[in-house]
Amino acid sequence: MTNKMKDDYSNQIKQYQPKPNYIWNCTKAFVVGGTICTIGQVINNMYIYVFHFSEENAGNPTVATLILISALLTGFGIYDRLGQFAGAGSAVPVTGFANSMTSAALEHKSEGFVLGVATNMFKLAGSVIVFGVVAAYLVGIIRYIVSVSLS
Amino acid sequence: MEYVIAFIAGGCICIIGQLLLDIFKLTPAHVMSSFVVIGAILDGFGIYDRFIEFAGAGATVPITSFGHSLLHGAMKGADEHGFIGIGMGVFELTSAGISSAIVFAFLVAVFFRPKG
Amino acid sequence: MGLMGGTWTFENRIYVNSSGTAVGPKEAEGPLGQTFDISHEDLHCGEDNWELAERRLMEQAIDQCLTKSNLQTDQVDFFIAGDLLNQNVTSNYVARHLQIPTICMFGACSTSMETVAIGSQLVDSGFANKIVAATSSHNATAERQFRYPTEYGGQKPDTATATVTGAGAVLISQEYSDIVITSATIGKVVDYGLKDPFDMGSAMAPAAADTIQRHLQDLNRTTNDYDMFITGDLSGIGSPILKDLLKEEGIDIDEKHFDCGLMIYRPDQNVFAGGSGCACSAVVTFSHIFNMLRSKEVDRVFVVATGALLSPTMIQQKESIPTIAHGVVFERAERGVHH
Repeated sequence: MTNKMKDDYSNQIKQYQPKPNYIWNCTKAFVVGGTICTIGQVINNMYIYVFHFSEENAGNPTVATLILISALLTGFGIYDRLGQFAGAGSAVPVTGFANSMTSAALEHKSEGFVLGVATNMFKLAGSVIVFGVVAAYLVGIIRYIVSVSLS
Repeated sequence: MEYVIAFIAGGCICIIGQLLLDIFKLTPAHVMSSFVVIGAILDGFGIYDRFIEFAGAGATVPITSFGHSLLHGAMKGADEHGFIGIGMGVFELTSAGISSAIVFAFLVAVFFRPKG
Repeated sequence: MGLMGGTWTFENRIYVNSSGTAVGPKEAEGPLGQTFDISHEDLHCGEDNWELAERRLMEQAIDQCLTKSNLQTDQVDFFIAGDLLNQNVTSNYVARHLQIPTICMFGACSTSMETVAIGSQLVDSGFANKIVAATSSHNATAERQFRYPTEYGGQKPDTATATVTGAGAVLISQEYSDIVITSATIGKVVDYGLKDPFDMGSAMAPAAADTIQRHLQDLNRTTNDYDMFITGDLSGIGSPILKDLLKEEGIDIDEKHFDCGLMIYRPDQNVFAGGSGCACSAVVTFSHIFNMLRSKEVDRVFVVATGALLSPTMIQQKESIPTIAHGVVFERAERGVHH
């Protein structure tokens, strides 16, 4: 009995699916991600030396500024093209988080501000916040118990 | 020099993210959620603070630092208020980030239209 | 009324009297841009939101179709339509303006041929004189329902396809015209266990293979009896798979296979593996393919529209993607007796 494609379809079709160009994708992600972080460093230094924030506190307006830039780029329809080019390079920095919230909010404008914009804003970003807080709680509780039992 | 280190460190974290997307075929949501959890765990071992000292924005800009800030705030709250402090402090350091994301996303939705 | 397996052979002569197509900017810039009746420069098509834009396209396609035949809506017996959106809102909300008895159907991207097949059957069996079959899709409405918000920066793989923004409508009756519909094969739902919503071409190829194979078997024909085998949106990934699946069954369509998703866009238009969506097969068939029949470039073609019957919830529940393919045979009317 000859083995036909359909007998093992999901494996047989792998040869038809183009493999992503791993090296090129990683290079693009590296360059774009690195650039965004460097811009973050520039903004951070600007807040420290020009606006006299302390080193500890400068992170807050830096993150807010990056988020503002990302939201604007999303609104102008530029961030999605950057995202297709850079992949993780634009998704992993906090700008990707802002883009996921802004794009969802913007997309659902047609359903009104309460049920559309506000309700859907966390559609894509919700998982990040949920898992971040749950992880922080678990690790925090473990650390607390460890430090209490050691003292 | 700090700019070069920030560039390389941030870029490396993004490479790890790209490999998760390409090789393991995870969705961006899965990758970001994993990174946040990893950031919290690394801060649990005290590693992420040293990474921030070394790489500056290369460590604070990626979403991993969000997990670090959540845990850091929780620990600060625990130091001040005991066990309940974990819940009281968790959003303290990330407040600027989350609130600005909400406000700016809302404002952009008010003034812009999706372009497709 | 001839029935063999799932294939209908129409006893009477069923004609395509006219067709109408309306498309968005990307399609207008593509290689077939000049063949469409109406094209828009902006994805919003002059409307306030994406869903209204899609309805506009369907209304324009139907309007063009009826105008070319000099008909009013009250002279049409049935309106048979479908689209990609939940509850088929495009079709139903357009139907409320038309005030024609409406049969709404969902076949995902196979809807174009599904509606034509059912419509032809109604006309052949004498239960309708004139029917309008229509379908539509829009890149933004499909993206926001099935995948991500349109401004989201997520990276799509090379196996993904781009949903065509457009609508196509045809008027079918027994009144003589230059294109005749001779038979149709209704698809079976086929699922070979693939789960990736960003590679639908691979998932749909088996459905197309099944329909083509059954069709040739039911009618006792070979590939020599056709000039073209046209699939809806198997794209660059699914097309070679289809040809190899059929070769294993002894059917060779290498020279005669064309895919609407590969015809509607140029490779440099950033469309990954090609076009997809209900409108893909509709606008290409109702304009370009019909033109080829009229200009005698081809005599008989088998158009197989392929659909992926998934939903985002099913994908999140780790279900695989069931697919279906419906096929319709279009011939040049002056060709003579059809067998």
